[in-house]
Amino acid sequence: MSARLTLATARRVLLQVRGDHRTLAMLIAVPCVLIGLLAWIFNGTPVFDKIGAPLLGVFPFVVMFLITSVATLRERSSGTLERLLSTPLGKGDFLGGYALAFGLLAVVQALVATGFAIWVCGLAVAGPGSLLVVVAVVDAVLGTATGLFVSAFARTEFQAVQFMPAFVLPQFLLCGLLVPRNGLPHVLELLSDVLPLSYAVDAMRTLTTQVDAAGDVGRDVAIVAAFALGAIALGSLTLRRRTP
Amino acid sequence: MDGLHVFRGSREVLPGISLTVPRGQVVGLLGPNGGGKTTLLRSIVGVQIVAGGTVTVLGEPAGSPGLRARVGYVTQDASVYSDLTVRANLTYFAALAGAPRTDVDRVMEAVDLAADVNTRVDRLSGGQRSRVSLAAALIGSPELLILDEPTVGLDPVLRRDLWGLFRRLADEGTTMLVSSHVMDEATRCDRLLLLREGRLLADESPDGLLARTGAPDAEQAFFALIETEAAA
Repeated sequence: MSARLTLATARRVLLQVRGDHRTLAMLIAVPCVLIGLLAWIFNGTPVFDKIGAPLLGVFPFVVMFLITSVATLRERSSGTLERLLSTPLGKGDFLGGYALAFGLLAVVQALVATGFAIWVCGLAVAGPGSLLVVVAVVDAVLGTATGLFVSAFARTEFQAVQFMPAFVLPQFLLCGLLVPRNGLPHVLELLSDVLPLSYAVDAMRTLTTQVDAAGDVGRDVAIVAAFALGAIALGSLTLRRRTP
Repeated sequence: MDGLHVFRGSREVLPGISLTVPRGQVVGLLGPNGGGKTTLLRSIVGVQIVAGGTVTVLGEPAGSPGLRARVGYVTQDASVYSDLTVRANLTYFAALAGAPRTDVDRVMEAVDLAADVNTRVDRLSGGQRSRVSLAAALIGSPELLILDEPTVGLDPVLRRDLWGLFRRLADEGTTMLVSSHVMDEATRCDRLLLLREGRLLADESPDGLLARTGAPDAEQAFFALIETEAAA
């Protein structure tokens, strides 16, 4: 891997996103609208304080999953990936560039969405608010890594978009937002133990309820990061220099 | 290249081809569509899974890491980022090749795109787009340029200009391997490879080909070769 090539790739990806004003606006605005809606629906009840923070962890995962899977599918189908891999660019540089670019976007998204949730919607957070942002960014990188890996199995953008409900919704159902994970049927609880989003949501929930949360959150974040690294490693196997 | 053997799917595209491309020349790879031209070029670049045979490029096995900065490849479809400007595309490819930024201006001049540097690629015409793709391959001045149908869909003036550019690059020592299914482009090459249904019908100079077949031009020569083969 080369830092120069990774940075050049991240810069190129960011330039592409910058040229697409609508995507950029949606990246920033949609999480805020959803958080605002949620706060409004549950106005006067404790529900928003319970699920607001976990959702702050879910949004970046979902959004980055979608964007990355479509973006890399475009690279695969337009021939640019084949061209890139015939240059000195390494697979690690390619993956690192994407992770870095979308990680940076996630920082902006997380700062805006978290700020909006805390200051505008009055989300109560017991632990440090800055950790919310850290967890959100790790979730975003997880989304990017998974999206990259999954895009290898889609031939069209229609298919890529449908991987979202296929990969993300089961995790959403099992992550403990709807029913606490220890209240799930035993088999489903075991299943939720091996899904990364469960740990992302656990981390967010711990942050909102415990003042001294750093230890537990650190463990959950480490698990999510390990899943992300695993997905990147699997993703790199799907980048082939030689194709049939 | 020795005994190159390639399947795509269950179809045998190249049943075993041996040839040598001399350095510093413009070599034309001609033949009808579906004849294996792209597969042959991809094998030289090293992005094609091959079933057998060896391909040696500039003294190294095709596709080895050391070759990636020395070989430029332009695919048939313009493989550049349509949502970036011409300059942003070329700046990125310059960074990948480790080429200086001045190279970006040089290649834009070379393909006559200097007026469109700040235009997004998806707002360009098809011909302009393929020239951006070509420019991206010229960056870093690779020793071997592999161009897959670079003049398809271009008007006659541009085609003449591009062949002029290929000639200049070859004179400066670059080896040019250019595929085309337009036979009248054969006269602009130093050497011709005629490929049909995965088999090499000719590997000689344009004059040699005309002399051997007694045909007035490359197209007639090609037909003559097909007929000879069919008769044999």
